[in-house]
Amino acid sequence: MFVQRPDIRPATVEVLVDGAPVLVPEGASAAAAVLLAGLSAIRETPVTGAPRLPYCMMGVCFDCLAEIDGVANRQSCMVTVRPGMRIRPQHGAREAYRPEDAA
Amino acid sequence: MTRQSFDAIVIGGGLVGAAIAYGLQRQGLATLLLDEGDIAFRASRGNFGLVWVQSKGLGAPHYQRWTRGSAQEWPKLAAELKERTGIGTGLQQPGGVHLCLSEEEFEKRTEYMARLQREAGNFGLEYRMIRGAEARDMLPGLGPQVVGLSWTPYDGHASPLYLLRALHSGFTEAGGTYQPNARVENSSAAPNDFSVEAAGQRFRAPRVVLAAGLGNADLAPRFGLEAPVRPERGQILVTERTRTVLPMPTTTIRQTEEGSLMLGDSKEDAGFDLGQSPEVMRKIARRAVLSFPWIAELNLVRAWSALRVMAPDGLPIYDQSERFPGAFTANCHSGVTLAGTHANRLAPMIAAGALEPEMAPFSARRFDVRSAA
Repeated sequence: MFVQRPDIRPATVEVLVDGAPVLVPEGASAAAAVLLAGLSAIRETPVTGAPRLPYCMMGVCFDCLAEIDGVANRQSCMVTVRPGMRIRPQHGAREAYRPEDAA
Repeated sequence: MTRQSFDAIVIGGGLVGAAIAYGLQRQGLATLLLDEGDIAFRASRGNFGLVWVQSKGLGAPHYQRWTRGSAQEWPKLAAELKERTGIGTGLQQPGGVHLCLSEEEFEKRTEYMARLQREAGNFGLEYRMIRGAEARDMLPGLGPQVVGLSWTPYDGHASPLYLLRALHSGFTEAGGTYQPNARVENSSAAPNDFSVEAAGQRFRAPRVVLAAGLGNADLAPRFGLEAPVRPERGQILVTERTRTVLPMPTTTIRQTEEGSLMLGDSKEDAGFDLGQSPEVMRKIARRAVLSFPWIAELNLVRAWSALRVMAPDGLPIYDQSERFPGAFTANCHSGVTLAGTHANRLAPMIAAGALEPEMAPFSARRFDVRSAA
C-alpha cells in the first residue's frame, strides 16, 4: 500500500516488524517501518479491540502504539529507527505488573 | 418555548444537582435543572471517582452514617440508571484500602480507624489493619516501603463522567426539563414561591434547590440561606490503560473500568486557579511509585486539576431556609460518593417539603458564632 518516493534517502536501516525484516531510510520513524511492512494492524484498542495502524504520524492520535525493543505502548511515530530494532504489535492494554517480575 | 412553572427548580447541573434533580423528577415532581455552561468550574468533571467510606466523618458520626448510607444506595442507583438509560456507571464496590508508607502513618491510621469505629457506636464499622505479607497478598506489586494498610468492605469506585451522563439522561427521560447555558441572573424569594431568571427566561416553582457548587456562596443569601464554601484544589494524574491489575481502589490510586490508573488526592489552597503545579504532580507520582513501584514504568497521558467545594470544617452543608420554606441548599466535595443518598434520600425529603431531623447537624448554622459559644 505504501511505496517510498524514489528520490529520498536510500533505505539502509534494517528493522524487524513483527519478526519480518524491513528496510527504511536513516532517520525514519518506527511507524514508517510499520506502514512499509504492510501489516493489517499494529495494535488493537484496549476496550473494544478495534484494529489500528499509524495515522497522524505526529504524536497526537496514539493509533501507532507498538511494543518496541520490549517496551510496551510506545508511540512508534515518535521513535527513530535503529538497526535491528524490534517492533511488535501492541495487543490491547499493556501489562502493568506480572507477579513473576517481583524480586 | 420552555414551560415556565415547575414543582421544583434545581440550580446546578453537576453531580450534586443532577442527582437531586433526578431524584425529584423520579418522585413525580416536574423539575427544572438549570446548568450554568462551560464557564462553570465543574468539580464533577474533575472528580477522582471513589465511592468512599473509610476516610469520612471523623468527629462527625452523622456524616459517617450519611456516607455509608450512600455507599448502600449506590448499587440500587447504578442498576436503576443502567436500566433507564442504558448507561453503565462502572460501579465496583470490592472494598478499599488506605496504604501506610511508614510505621508512623500506620500508627496514626490505627488510631484513626479505632476512633471512627467508636464514633459509629451501634451503627458499627467493620475494618481491619493489615500488615506486611497479608497486605502483599491482597494487592499485586506493593512496594517494600508499604508498612501496612487499613481495609473496609464498604469502599468502591465508579466513573464520574458516566455517572453525570446517566443522571442527566435519566432526568430528561423521566420528563425533567434541562436548561443549559442558564446562569442565574435575578431571583426573588417568598415562602414556597420562588422566581429565577436564567437563559433570558423567568421560571417559577414552590421549591428551589441550590446545588451550584462554589456558586452557592453567592446564591444562598438570596434565598435566606448561608453556604460559606471555598475552593480547595486537587490535582490528578492519569496513566495509559493497562490490563486490570488492581483488585480494589486505594484512597489515592484507582484503576478505572477501562484500565487507566488514576493517581490523586492532593489538597491545595489556590483560590480559583485551575492550573497545575510540578511540585504537587511530583508528590502525587512519588507516593504512587512508593505504593506500587511498577507504576514508574507507565506513561502518564493526562493530568488535570479541579476545585473541591469545601465548607470551613470540610463536611457537607445541607440546609433549608427558615425565612423562605421551600428553599434548600446542598454543598459537598463528594459528588460521586454521595450520589446515592442525594438521589434516594435527600430528594424525597425535598419533595416532601422539609429535611428530616437527622440532617440538622449538616445545617450551616453550625458556623454561627452564637451557637458555637
